[in-house]
Amino acid sequence: MNILVCISKTPDTTAKIAFTEGNTKFDENGVQWIINPYDEWYSLVRAIELKEKDPTTNIHLITVGGPESEPIIRKALALGGDEAIRVNSNSNDSYVIAQQIAAIAKQGSYDLIMTGKETIDYNSACIGSMLSAILDLPFVSLANHLEVNGNNATIQREIEGGEETNEVILPMIISCQKGMAEQRIPNMRGIMAARTKPLKVVDPVATNAHTSIKEFSLPPTKTGVKLIAPDQMDELVKLLKEEAKVI
Amino acid sequence: MVLIYIDHSEKEIKKSSYEAISYGAAIAKQLGCSAEALLLGTVNDDLTALGKLGASKVHQLNNESLNNFDAKVHASLIATAAKNLNAEVIVFAHNINGKAIAPAVAVKLDAGIVTGACSLPNLQNGFEVTKTVFSGKAFASIKIETPKKVIAINQNSFGIENYELSATIEEMNLPIPAASVKLTNVNKIIGEIPLTEANLVVSGGRGLKGPENWGILLELAKTLGAATACSRPVSDSDWRPHHEHVGQTGIQIAPNLYIAIGISGAIQHLAGVNRSKTIVVINKDPEAPFFKAADYGVVGDAFEVVPALTAAISKMKHNE
Repeated sequence: MNILVCISKTPDTTAKIAFTEGNTKFDENGVQWIINPYDEWYSLVRAIELKEKDPTTNIHLITVGGPESEPIIRKALALGGDEAIRVNSNSNDSYVIAQQIAAIAKQGSYDLIMTGKETIDYNSACIGSMLSAILDLPFVSLANHLEVNGNNATIQREIEGGEETNEVILPMIISCQKGMAEQRIPNMRGIMAARTKPLKVVDPVATNAHTSIKEFSLPPTKTGVKLIAPDQMDELVKLLKEEAKVI
Repeated sequence: MVLIYIDHSEKEIKKSSYEAISYGAAIAKQLGCSAEALLLGTVNDDLTALGKLGASKVHQLNNESLNNFDAKVHASLIATAAKNLNAEVIVFAHNINGKAIAPAVAVKLDAGIVTGACSLPNLQNGFEVTKTVFSGKAFASIKIETPKKVIAINQNSFGIENYELSATIEEMNLPIPAASVKLTNVNKIIGEIPLTEANLVVSGGRGLKGPENWGILLELAKTLGAATACSRPVSDSDWRPHHEHVGQTGIQIAPNLYIAIGISGAIQHLAGVNRSKTIVVINKDPEAPFFKAADYGVVGDAFEVVPALTAAISKMKHNE
C-alpha cells in the first residue's frame, strides 16, 4: 500500500502570537517550528502503524513550504516516513497548497492520502476536502479510527454527539484527529536513518491564489475578572443571569 | 443570490445551520440579493419556518438516500445546485460536515473560501471576511479575490436574527452520484448535549483530583442543562472520555457560558475556549492564569464552591 502523508509546519503551541509589517505578517522571530500536531500525532503515526502491520507499505511525506521546513520533514522521516517531497512554495492560500499536493499525488498511485484535521495556525481545515474535489476521491473527515483490509478502509469519524463508522473503497482521502494514534518520539536509529532518506525538492505548479491575507489582529483583552466570594453563589448566579445574560 | 447549506442529522436541522441562514440573510441584505437555503435529503422540521431566520426559499432535493452524509456526493450536488441557481455566495456552518464539504464546493466553483469566519464581509475594498486563526488567539482579515465566494461561519459567532418571512419550498431534481462511503454504524451518546452544539459548558481539570470526584460537576451540568468537557490531562489520564477534551488539540468551542473547575488555564486550553462569551473560573489557586481570561472568578475549594453553585442555580430555576 502507498500512503501520502501531508505535513505542515506550524509554530509551537506555546509560541507568542505577534504580527509585523503593519499587522500583515506573522512575526516569525524566535518562533520554534513543529510538525502540525494533527499531522504528526494522528495522521503520520497511524500511517507508521499501518506500515508496521504490513511492511510492504510505503509512506511518502509531502510538505508545501520553504527551506525552513526541512527540520520538520527530517523529524517526520525519523519517526518513520520512507521518503519526502517538499514543494518549494510559501503560499498560505489553501487552494494553492491543495493544488501542489494534488499535482504530486497524481504522479504516484497512492491508496491513502492522509492529513491532520486542520493546522493549528490557520485552522482552515481545507486541504483534505479540496484534494477530494481536485482528485475526485472519497473523503472522510475528523476520523479517529482507521483500519485497512485489502482495498477496504473502515473509518470511525466524529459526528455531533457521537461517532459513525464508514466503509470506503481505496483510494481515498482521510483527515485525522485525536484517537487515531498516540504521539511518538523519534528514536536514535530513526534519527540516523532519516539523514539519508530521500528528500526531493520540486518547484510549485503555477496556480492563482483565491484569497489573500490583508490584516491580522489580536482579540481585545478581557477587562478584568470580577471575583465573587465562595459563599456568594447566589450573587454569581444573579450576575450570570442579569449582567452576562447567559443563563 | 446567497445560498445557505442546511446541515441535518436524524431528520433534524442542526442549530448551527439556523445561524448560517441568518448570517447568509445578512450578507444578502448587504449585497441587495435574495437569501435561499439548500437542503439535501429530508427532515421533520417545518421548512417554511426557515423564513423566520431570513431564507426566502428552500431548495430541496427530496431524496432519503441523502440523509446519510457522504462528503463527495454532497459536495458535488451542492456545487451543481449552486451553479444552476447562479449563487454568488455559498454559506456553510463551520461544523463537522461543513468542514468536510465547503472547501470541496469552493474548488468545484472556482471560488475563494474563508472557513472559521466570524464577521460579516467588509465590502469597502472588495470582499473581506474576518476569521479566527492561531486556534482563537488572533483574527485574520481575508480578501476573497474570486467572483464566487464560499464562507463557513464559526458556530455561536453571529447569532440568530428574526424575519417576518415564510419560505417557499422548491423541489429540485438532480441526478444523484453513486455513494462513495457506506455508513455501517452510528454510535450516539444518548442523553448528552453535544459539546460543539452546547450553549452552556461545565468543564473540569486536574484540580478535581480524580474521576471519582466528577459527581459534583455532573450535578452542576445537569442542573444547568449544560454539556460537560475537560482539560487535556484529564482525558489523557482517562478520567473522562476523549471526546470531552477541549483545547488546542481537542475540540474548540464557543458557548455562551464556560465554567472551568480546577483548570489552571494553560495557553493550549485557552485556545480551545477563549471564544466563549462568558467564562467563569473556579480555582483554589488565586495565581491560576485562567483568572486573567475569565469574566467571573471564584477563588475557593471546588468541592465546596461547586455544590453551592448548583444549589444557587437550582434555587433560581425554582423561582422562575
